[in-house]
Amino acid sequence: MEYIFHITILISIYGILALAQNLVMGSAGLLTIAGAAFYGIGAYTAAILATAFGFNIFTTLIIAPIVAGLIALGIGISFARFRDDYFLLATLGFLMIFNTVVRNWENVTGGSFGIAGIPKPHIFSLTFDTPFSFLVLALIVLFIVIGICYFISRSSFGRVLNAIREDEDALKIFGYKTSTYKLMVFVIGAMLSSLGGVLLASYITFIDANLFTVNESILLWAMIILGGIAKNRGALLGALLLITIPEALRFFGFPNEIAGLMRQCIYGLLLVFLMLYRPKGILGQYKL
Amino acid sequence: MEKGLLLELKNVSAGYNETKIIHDISLAIDEGEIVALMGPNGAGKSTILKAIFGLITHIGDVLLEGEKIYPSPHELVKMGVAYVPQGRRVFNNLTVKENLELGGYSLKDNKECMRRAEHLFNLFPALHAKHDKLAGTLSGGQQQLLSTARGLMTEPKLLLLDEPTLGLSPKVVKEIFQTIKDINQNKKTAILVVEHNLHSLLPITNRAYVLVHGKIVATDTGSNIAKSDILERVFMGKI
Repeated sequence: MEYIFHITILISIYGILALAQNLVMGSAGLLTIAGAAFYGIGAYTAAILATAFGFNIFTTLIIAPIVAGLIALGIGISFARFRDDYFLLATLGFLMIFNTVVRNWENVTGGSFGIAGIPKPHIFSLTFDTPFSFLVLALIVLFIVIGICYFISRSSFGRVLNAIREDEDALKIFGYKTSTYKLMVFVIGAMLSSLGGVLLASYITFIDANLFTVNESILLWAMIILGGIAKNRGALLGALLLITIPEALRFFGFPNEIAGLMRQCIYGLLLVFLMLYRPKGILGQYKL
Repeated sequence: MEKGLLLELKNVSAGYNETKIIHDISLAIDEGEIVALMGPNGAGKSTILKAIFGLITHIGDVLLEGEKIYPSPHELVKMGVAYVPQGRRVFNNLTVKENLELGGYSLKDNKECMRRAEHLFNLFPALHAKHDKLAGTLSGGQQQLLSTARGLMTEPKLLLLDEPTLGLSPKVVKEIFQTIKDINQNKKTAILVVEHNLHSLLPITNRAYVLVHGKIVATDTGSNIAKSDILERVFMGKI
């Protein structure tokens, strides 16, 4: 049973990350590979505040999105002049800088040794230290993120994001300052991603730079492409499938090391097959 | 009653990057007028509209109601100028109503936006019938109506229409020109229209400018242009 709770916690964390990625990339059409960086910013903010300053993880669930949001604001303003592929490359550069900084800034991030001993969340006398209790917390955060994403997708703000994805230049004709909308959704996406990072840090109690590489961002891309671009349900379905399918390999007798490597192969193969045969993904309406 | 001068271009030149497309263009549009820009492909008709609307940079003066302006789409929409681009550019995955509401961005007041959308649905019954359908499912003619209606959401003083009948059947072209005439008469909206369909357009225009290679080579009333041989000479490459 604990194994099922463990998998469900991972699905919840990746569900949050996929929803955030979908908001930026699916709804607004902003190609970004910085998802893992904001996920990492959330995780490192929680880890540093909790281990070095004794912050409660619940407090870091509020602080981490603010930190990620401010960094995203700075990055978003700096990258405002880039569009499409150029924006994608700029966000890749940001992810590489982030990863290099956390890997080498030993005094703060622990460098390549990472940060261990991250506490479990606790409130009053209640500590979320069992898989079930942590699952409840992860699901609560997931449902809050689902609520935010559904609210945005049904709002006039969400409609403008969809129009930006379709034809940004046509939208400018009506007086829209599209760069402001893109900046806003980039910041919101970063804030939501950081929540996933806080949960991960507290759940596995140890983080290092290897968790927040370009592979992780590609996994998020694969999730939303598989589930269906610009669909919140699609992002959740993508997270569910791409967490459970590799896990299923263990039941076919593959050793853990091989199963881990095959995970990357499965993500890669799925992306290739989707681009060839179902570019809209399972539930999607739009191509990437 | 004499009509006031609404828009004036004085010696405007513009183009893309280093290449100038229009050279020292001077033209004027009075309130409530329909003015046509005509000429062969590459004459610079659409470039004039883009320069007026601030989509490309220009040198020379653009004056709106006598005031020199430095056009940007954001500011011009607020000043009462709307631009309907070539190729319709509707948002295919949004409904007809959502497309219209996007056109009313500068209104800020949501109720006013709804009221104007309802008003436009009355003006364009074909759109009303499809208000909850995705714009991508509409025919070319309906998409053009939607694109034009979207430009009218702000009740502009001046509507810039770029090739509104491009790729449409003769029957739909007739409907589009009737719509342009109705908008002009009912709302007193001045319209600057770029169009290839000269025979349908000239009878409804107050004035027409004929362009060749980025320069104005003739200007007169629509009926006089239609009677003269200027268009024949221009399109046969004799000018």
